[in-house]
Amino acid sequence: MAPYESDDAVGSAQDENPPSGRRKAARYAVPVAVVGVAAATIGLVPALADSGDPDLPKISAQQLINKIAKSDVQQLSGTVKVTTDLGLPDLGGLEKGLLSGADRGGSGDDSAADPQAKLTELASGTHTLRVAADGPDRQKLSLLESGAEYSLIHDGKDVWGYDSKSNQVHHSTAAGSGKERAEPPATPKDFADEALKSVDDTTSVTVDGTAHVAGRDAYKLLIQPRQSGTTVGAISIAVDAKTGLPLKFTLTPKSGGAAVFDAGFTQVSFARPAASTFDFTPPKGAKVTEEKDAARAPEHTREHGGGLAGGLEGKGGPKVLGKGWTSVATFDTGAKGGLPTGSRGGDLGGFLGSLGEKVTGKFGKGTVFSTRLVNALITDDGKVYAGAVTKDALVKAADAGK
Amino acid sequence: MSRADVLRTGAGRRPHPLWSLGLLRSELLTTVRRWRTLALLGVLAAVPVLVGIAVRIETRGGGTVGGNGEGPAFITQITNNGLFLVFTALAATLPFFLPMAVGVVAGDAIAGEAGAGTLRYLLVAPAGRTRLLLVKYATVLAFCLLATLVVTVSALLVGALLFPMGELTTISGTRIGLAEELGRALLIALVVAASLVGVAALGLFVSTLTNSGIAAMATTVGLLITVQIVDQIPQLHALQPYLFPHYWLSFADLMRDPVYWDDLMNNLGLQALYAAVFGSAAWARFTAKDINA
Repeated sequence: MAPYESDDAVGSAQDENPPSGRRKAARYAVPVAVVGVAAATIGLVPALADSGDPDLPKISAQQLINKIAKSDVQQLSGTVKVTTDLGLPDLGGLEKGLLSGADRGGSGDDSAADPQAKLTELASGTHTLRVAADGPDRQKLSLLESGAEYSLIHDGKDVWGYDSKSNQVHHSTAAGSGKERAEPPATPKDFADEALKSVDDTTSVTVDGTAHVAGRDAYKLLIQPRQSGTTVGAISIAVDAKTGLPLKFTLTPKSGGAAVFDAGFTQVSFARPAASTFDFTPPKGAKVTEEKDAARAPEHTREHGGGLAGGLEGKGGPKVLGKGWTSVATFDTGAKGGLPTGSRGGDLGGFLGSLGEKVTGKFGKGTVFSTRLVNALITDDGKVYAGAVTKDALVKAADAGK
Repeated sequence: MSRADVLRTGAGRRPHPLWSLGLLRSELLTTVRRWRTLALLGVLAAVPVLVGIAVRIETRGGGTVGGNGEGPAFITQITNNGLFLVFTALAATLPFFLPMAVGVVAGDAIAGEAGAGTLRYLLVAPAGRTRLLLVKYATVLAFCLLATLVVTVSALLVGALLFPMGELTTISGTRIGLAEELGRALLIALVVAASLVGVAALGLFVSTLTNSGIAAMATTVGLLITVQIVDQIPQLHALQPYLFPHYWLSFADLMRDPVYWDDLMNNLGLQALYAAVFGSAAWARFTAKDINA
């Protein structure tokens, strides 16, 4: 190789007075030790930080619910981590295409900055959101993406959606400024409110100790359905001991395993956010889409705010069968033949059919699409039954609804 | 006094501090004067020019570029403010061009000297192997900074020539003034340079394993590509937070308002860890190996 590789190589090695074999090997202990220390730090530091739940005065479940209801946090900013694991097959881009395709078909609007289109992304995976609020008129919700961000800014009567990835702006005006929330639910509080609405005699509510969430002391409220037939195992809400603001919302399925849905603050501050946070002017060169129908904005909100069954609502006016946790939403798609799951639908139909499971009952024939939380039955005569219930309960509801 | 005595006194007594600086300076000059280095820097400087001209041509009629969110990060904002060309160029070069250039320089650092038969002459001088290794690593780190600054300055010039400058809309939708923009651009350049610290240490370690500069460069760049591929495989997500390129694009978080520090800190911590592990491994190997070329 090298022209200098000759006899005196041996001599040069001796010149250096090399350490003995054992001492040579000992040097490699340094990188190994560095790896060990790093591994120990990564493993131990979160464990140490987690240790010890805070000591808070005892509180009853009812008092805690009242505390949430009375909570009136006007100013906050923080980071929320939302994880959704419905156990859907990972379809990657295909799933996204189907979702956005369906969405565009529905709203007749193809701006990438449309809040409705954007927030379907939250339906799977882990997302980091930033929230900021200063009174009822100024709120901001940002979805952090890799190298980009989607911001929804409510400032007075303007609602701006800004998608930095495509440099598109969506503008609408909030009709009922103030009272009407101009934002879709994203904070643990929004989900907690929905969950507490369902608290009735079919539910057991207990206080389940305390926890540290986002560096704050919090009570844990545990909501468990008493009914059988639901897929919901438990809902745990961590409530800030000082302000009564829900800091973390976790929904675990009855089947066990990881939480289906988890939304919690990783960092929160109750100081007034900088005014510039809510100040938005469309940047130069951005494509701005104006909301054509001003009345649509609050309608969005209602659709999204409908809680667990809300996302499943259709245009045909859904009916709700049953009550409490086992309620099943149903609507008629009007499409005879249901989903193109058979040979009629071609390739896509066959693919959709393969994801579902064929069932028969008194209602006729249909296909059940299962996730870890929500199951949906689409009958061959075009009716859809969906709810956070087991497959058997769904078939029973369909039989009863017939 | 025999040669061995010279070496022993060299290792035992600390030479004048300026002596190391002199060694560093000569190393830097040698590195920068190489045709290979100049060609790498030329390629890096050309990337922003190409991106800038392409965006300019495509948006001539008032259209937008990458409207569906395709292409490198920030590309759609270039028409809004030329400064975004800096971030687009860094986002385009960071996954491959920059670490490849660093891999070439780092891989060459020790193995290249050994291959050319000049390593023992460097060691004849009263430097000591540890000191030589540190100087070599410092040279590679200086190159990381230089390469990043070449991309940044080239992008800044092209951006200012072809696109409007002035008030800038951050990706969070808020606006910042020119002074803060330039401050953030500089900070981003520094973070990108720091992102290369890990691959530089890896390259230096590989370089101590062989006497062939080409083999060390190829191994470093090959490792870089392999790790990048592993970072894309969803099934290996448990491993991915520990791969050095995993948080590279977190520099974009500096363009949020307020800045989102979590991933940036993860990135810097991870780079420091790689530097410590592979730096000490390189030291263990280099101080213990037989230098016969």
